[in-house]
Amino acid sequence: MSPTPDTVDELIRSGYQHGFVTEIESDTVPAGLSEDTIRMISLKKQEPDWMLEWRLKAYRHWLTLEEPEWAHVQHPPIDFQAISYYSAPKKKGDGPKSLDEVDPQLLDAYNKLGIPLDEQKALAGVAVDAVFDSVSVATTFRKNLAEAGVIFCAMSEAVREHPELVQKYLGSVVPHTDNYFACLNSAVFTDGTFVFIPRGVRCPMELSTYFRINEAKTGQFERTLIVAEEGSHVSYLEGCTAPMRDENQLHAAVVELIALEDARIKYSTVQNWYPGDEQGRGGIYNFVTKRGDCRGDRSHISWTQVETGSAITWKYPSCILRGNDSVGEFYSVAVTRGMQQADTGTKMIHLGRNTRSTIVSKGISAGQGQNTYRGLVRMAQRAENARNHSQCDSLLIGDRCGAHTFPYIEVRNPTAKVEHEATTSKISEDQLFYCRQRGLSEENAVSMIVNGFCKEVFNELPMEFAVEAQKLLNITLEGAVG
Amino acid sequence: MLSIKNLQVAIEGKDILRGLNLDIGAGEVHAIMGPNGSGKSTLSHALAGRDGYQVTGGEVLFDGRDLLALEPEQRAHLGVFLGMQYPVELPGVNNMMFMRESLNAIRRARGEEELDAVAFMTRVRDKARLVDLDEKLLKRNVNAGFSGGEKKRNEILQMAMLEPKLAILDETDSGLDIDALRVIAGGVNALRSPERSIILITHYQRLLDYIEPDFVHVMVGGRIVRSGDKSLALELEEKGYGWIEEEAA
Ligand SMILES: Nc1ncnc2c1ncn2[C@@H]1O[C@H](COP(=O)(O)OP(=O)(O)O)[C@@H](O)[C@H]1O
Ligand SMILES: [Mg+2]
Repeated sequence: MSPTPDTVDELIRSGYQHGFVTEIESDTVPAGLSEDTIRMISLKKQEPDWMLEWRLKAYRHWLTLEEPEWAHVQHPPIDFQAISYYSAPKKKGDGPKSLDEVDPQLLDAYNKLGIPLDEQKALAGVAVDAVFDSVSVATTFRKNLAEAGVIFCAMSEAVREHPELVQKYLGSVVPHTDNYFACLNSAVFTDGTFVFIPRGVRCPMELSTYFRINEAKTGQFERTLIVAEEGSHVSYLEGCTAPMRDENQLHAAVVELIALEDARIKYSTVQNWYPGDEQGRGGIYNFVTKRGDCRGDRSHISWTQVETGSAITWKYPSCILRGNDSVGEFYSVAVTRGMQQADTGTKMIHLGRNTRSTIVSKGISAGQGQNTYRGLVRMAQRAENARNHSQCDSLLIGDRCGAHTFPYIEVRNPTAKVEHEATTSKISEDQLFYCRQRGLSEENAVSMIVNGFCKEVFNELPMEFAVEAQKLLNITLEGAVG
Repeated sequence: MLSIKNLQVAIEGKDILRGLNLDIGAGEVHAIMGPNGSGKSTLSHALAGRDGYQVTGGEVLFDGRDLLALEPEQRAHLGVFLGMQYPVELPGVNNMMFMRESLNAIRRARGEEELDAVAFMTRVRDKARLVDLDEKLLKRNVNAGFSGGEKKRNEILQMAMLEPKLAILDETDSGLDIDALRVIAGGVNALRSPERSIILITHYQRLLDYIEPDFVHVMVGGRIVRSGDKSLALELEEKGYGWIEEEAA
């Protein structure tokens, strides 16, 4: 892929593109966290009792935990009582949301973000679930999907409409005891997406969720659950943005993927939460737990992420390779500039025989950005002939940024093979001069070198999003040199 | 076409070029020779506008325009090409794509139409034959893992693609065996034209057996201390630089 003139135009525009606030009347609960907060969320969502109990159990466990300090990131302590745990745009009346009933201001907000919710104008072949603060405001193409037997709906709706599926799978990959932020999410999660692909079905469209934080002083705690039954295929994409605000906002999501025998799940993320300003004021704390369970033999889960936003990112999309011959993949581009910090990577837990995993991580640091790759590859005792290949590359732009790599490898089976390669390089003055001598602007030169560096990962993204991701990267790195 | 008057350039506060004068007419080939460290590469970088080469005095006019006021890419847009002594590797950047971006950036800057993919491919294949560059190298990343000779061929290929008005070739011959030297010289000769001026920087007179210059200059201590025709190069070959250095001192 080459930077087109289009991308060059994009380069001229500067700064964070999605920083606007939508003035919309919202129902925001007062800040604070207690059992009462959780009961109120559950009530607002008209949840069955079992769901409330599930939340309270998580909350009680959370009270016994302490915030982790091991990630290579720094931030002042988070005051969990200063956050509002529920905020929703006010609706006229209740009932199922058809697109005609969605507040025009919301449609407008998504239009501005380049995500038309009008099915006629939508990107061909992509269905969208739009989550605004704590609720899903619209889900497109539901009818078409239902005809194929695919369930694609808001999580809160799934809790009411498909309780047997939710009860069976929710928390089965990331239990509430897993970690501090996942536990908090289990207690207070508000919305997110539920996807169910029945046996043998190839989902006819790309599915995507677009997360938007709008309201000030709120946290977003979404929960996504994707279940692919035997032999089914699905490709899913999430995008995220938030307004520019001076205070930090917390985003603590949990994503669980379950692939049964011969199923394939491809999960792509383009994360562009507000990163804060050049001085490090404001921005999203993105503390996310994402995990896929290759539960069946020959199942396949692939994570692709392009992380350009957030003040702090802390996430490790992982695969549990339980089924024999199952395959896990992790392709990541993480960019930090200004004062951004990212601690990201993956875990590949090989349990089954002949399981294979691939890790390709590309970290780009500019300004004073700090980029850490942290990855675990574990070959369990039964993982006969398991294979992993990891490639972790860091690219530095300028002298004040940093790149750190922490690979953890545990091998308990002598037939397993793990390969790890790592490189660190820098965009040199020589390279920039060479490009400029050939008529390219410095920005074009940087974008070409960076895009070249990320090519392997961009190739994994669905076509339309690869172009988006490339543009986003160029905008993010605009003015990063000099 | 190019007029350099009393050019003075310092690197990190150290004077390297100390009052260099040179006039080059359209279509002329000038060879610049001189011992190591005499400032030949400094001159080429200063003409191309590299950061860190501080111009402390003098002027350079290119087609009547003040070249020194321009950014490196603007100079490239006007038709200044520098074939580097040490071509840089660009990992991850496809060679063919790089050339296409480069060519189209220059065309855009000149208000010309971009070349479409088919026209570009035809042209690049054609020019690759001129320098006998293996087409496989077009698909690789720019100079990444190329041998010394392949890098130099790739530089001349880019020159052929960009059709500059002024080509400065900095030690394009160094590190080449005789066969490669012939091929590259053949490529350069094919690019000689009444509109194109060439500065050939070289250490050895050997190259001048293949590319016949109109003028030969000798640089010592950041100045041109002697100019002549190609017989000067032969004289240097015979006697070395010592006598000129002594004269210049
Ligand atoms: N980046 C640099 N920093 C400091 N001195 C330099 C640098 N580049 C070149 N020089 C010095 O400038 C002088 C001329 O170098 P150069 O132009 O490369 O000579 P030539 O190409 O004729 O061999 C030498 O003394 C060299 O050490
Ligand atoms: Mg030199």
